[in-house]
Amino acid sequence: MSTHETAAHETVFAGAVLAKLEALYPKYPDKRSLLLPALWMIQEARGWISDGSVAEVAETLGLTSAYVRGVVTFYTMYHTHPVGRHFIQVCTTSPCGICGAEDVARALVKETGCGDLGATSPDGRFTVIEVECLGACGFPTPILIDDDFIENVTVDRVPAILARYI
Amino acid sequence: MGYPHPIHPKETPVLSKHFGEVEARPYAGWVERGGYVALKKALTMAPDDITSEVKASGLRGRGGAGFPTGLKWSFMPKEDGKPHYLCCNADESEPGTFKDREILRWTPHALIEGCAIAQLAIRAETCYIYIRGEFTEPYHILQRAVDEAYANGVLGANAFGSGRRIDIVVHRGAGAYICGEETAMMNSIEGRRGNPRIKPPFPAVAGLFGKPTTINNVETLAAVPAIINQGAAWYAKLSLSSPKSTGTKLISVCGHVQRPGTYEITMGLPMKELIYDLCGGMRPGRTLKAVIPGGSSVPIMTPEEVENCPTDYEGIVANGSMLGSGGMIVMDDTTDIVHVAMRLAKFYAHESCAQCTNCREGTAWTARILERMLAGEGKESDLGLLLDLAENMTGKTICVLSDSCAAPVVSGIQKFRPDFDRHLNVERPLKTAGV
Ligand SMILES: Cc1cc2nc3c(=O)[nH]c(=O)nc-3n(C[C@H](O)[C@H](O)[C@H](O)COP(=O)(O)O)c2cc1C
Ligand code: SF4
Ligand code: FES
Repeated sequence: MSTHETAAHETVFAGAVLAKLEALYPKYPDKRSLLLPALWMIQEARGWISDGSVAEVAETLGLTSAYVRGVVTFYTMYHTHPVGRHFIQVCTTSPCGICGAEDVARALVKETGCGDLGATSPDGRFTVIEVECLGACGFPTPILIDDDFIENVTVDRVPAILARYI
Repeated sequence: MGYPHPIHPKETPVLSKHFGEVEARPYAGWVERGGYVALKKALTMAPDDITSEVKASGLRGRGGAGFPTGLKWSFMPKEDGKPHYLCCNADESEPGTFKDREILRWTPHALIEGCAIAQLAIRAETCYIYIRGEFTEPYHILQRAVDEAYANGVLGANAFGSGRRIDIVVHRGAGAYICGEETAMMNSIEGRRGNPRIKPPFPAVAGLFGKPTTINNVETLAAVPAIINQGAAWYAKLSLSSPKSTGTKLISVCGHVQRPGTYEITMGLPMKELIYDLCGGMRPGRTLKAVIPGGSSVPIMTPEEVENCPTDYEGIVANGSMLGSGGMIVMDDTTDIVHVAMRLAKFYAHESCAQCTNCREGTAWTARILERMLAGEGKESDLGLLLDLAENMTGKTICVLSDSCAAPVVSGIQKFRPDFDRHLNVERPLKTAGV
């Protein structure tokens, strides 16, 4: 987590978001279990999980920042640095791999202008990463753009799909 | 049905009958189709009678290990005064496996009903359904169905006016295959890193929040309402082969078949019929080279092994592999087994939680050696090295992720040696010439 925030940290857990978190309290016997749901709420609001957010979650749930950071870094879907406006995950695990997934990944990197897997395009629009099995192996190649799960993506379909994400 | 294909005459649609039918998804549509009759019946049964019925049906865990479900439930303590928990495993992340998501997307109420019945049997007021973070659409569908079940009095403090409390909470994962391992899943729900726990203690003794817990797969739980409705004897008779493999099984088939998808078969259907009749066989002009029948963690099968193999727990073991999760990867003659093994090894190396040295180092080295081989830099001794590594990764770690990485590599070397030899016997350019 090397990125330092320039602006002061703005609170996420206030108003409606705090109410949403508090509504979950009775569903678990302790507050620590709210950690994954709380991190999802942060990422939804901010796009990524900064040091400031880690501290806020820690304070809200009565945990230490070090503990929260340890958990954040375990899970690959939490972003510990800012990513492009649209985050693209493409499966290249064997079942998709034998059906052309690597070509799709290359096409995504090229068409988005990201240059490389994991990098963000210069216009800040896209970040593309390669991920492991998305649980849709019969529909190669599945990709996830933000929360949209898109199946049967082929190299030819890439430009039209990307055009939907401004 | 063989979503996304129409029902094939050789299928037995029990779980999949309403896949693809949007009207079956909401509460009202599900009730019209006979939904929640089984739960009402279960509410009048003694918990141990529910367990006995499931035991007698022969239902076995559909998440990979095939452990008898009724027996697992019977391990739960009875009158211990502690809270009990059910965890439903909707983490579906094993390469080749994409069957649970069809239950989640098309018939979420079937799963909710199955969870509720299981909760009654094991005396658990609360069930957590742990769904992988990438399943965005299934998550929203499931959450809405749970909300509907509360709104209609199916769930909550007074389920169907019975005075019994049944709660279901949907908990989203955040990207980690290892959280599909049951003890890692419990840690993840508790807000910890998803590291598997050392067993014992077993979950039925000290599981989630240190309390007695049962973990079952989505498909296992979704099969329970039909068993309660139609009886254990009916379910136990659904078998074309071994009496130890009963009921129907969802098989998700991917790779080089004409019609990939999720099919529901009676246990024991010949694997050849599944591949050639249901899935339409190989692409034109291609022949079958290999099958991984139960998700990427099981050994690879040759066409000879597939030839007379019944698709059930015992039949696949007798033919050199395992039914596992029922995620079937079919490969034709264009496939390089070394490449497949390398990519799977990379998967396991990426997903290792790194607690155990043999797993952390073994998965990483296996991937690296195979990559080197593919780059034309392999040595004859690498095969021995891979087998040594595999041996050190099998049966020596906290969980079986490590063993899972070894399975396709060892079976690949044993059964598809020519593919490996091809990469070892390449003519190399002269190093000294600088090319
Ligand atoms: C590394 C690893 C990953 C697993 N992933 C899953 C999974 O995604 N879904 C699942 O149901 N079981 C998975 N399992 C098996 C579970 O640990 C557990 O056995 C299963 O959920 C029990 O349910 P069942 O008896 O109904 O099959 C996995 C096991 C291991 C070792
Ligand atoms: S075998 Fe691998 S994944 Fe399992 S606990 Fe050990 S290091 Fe973690
Ligand atoms: S391997 Fe790509 S979705 Fe499963």
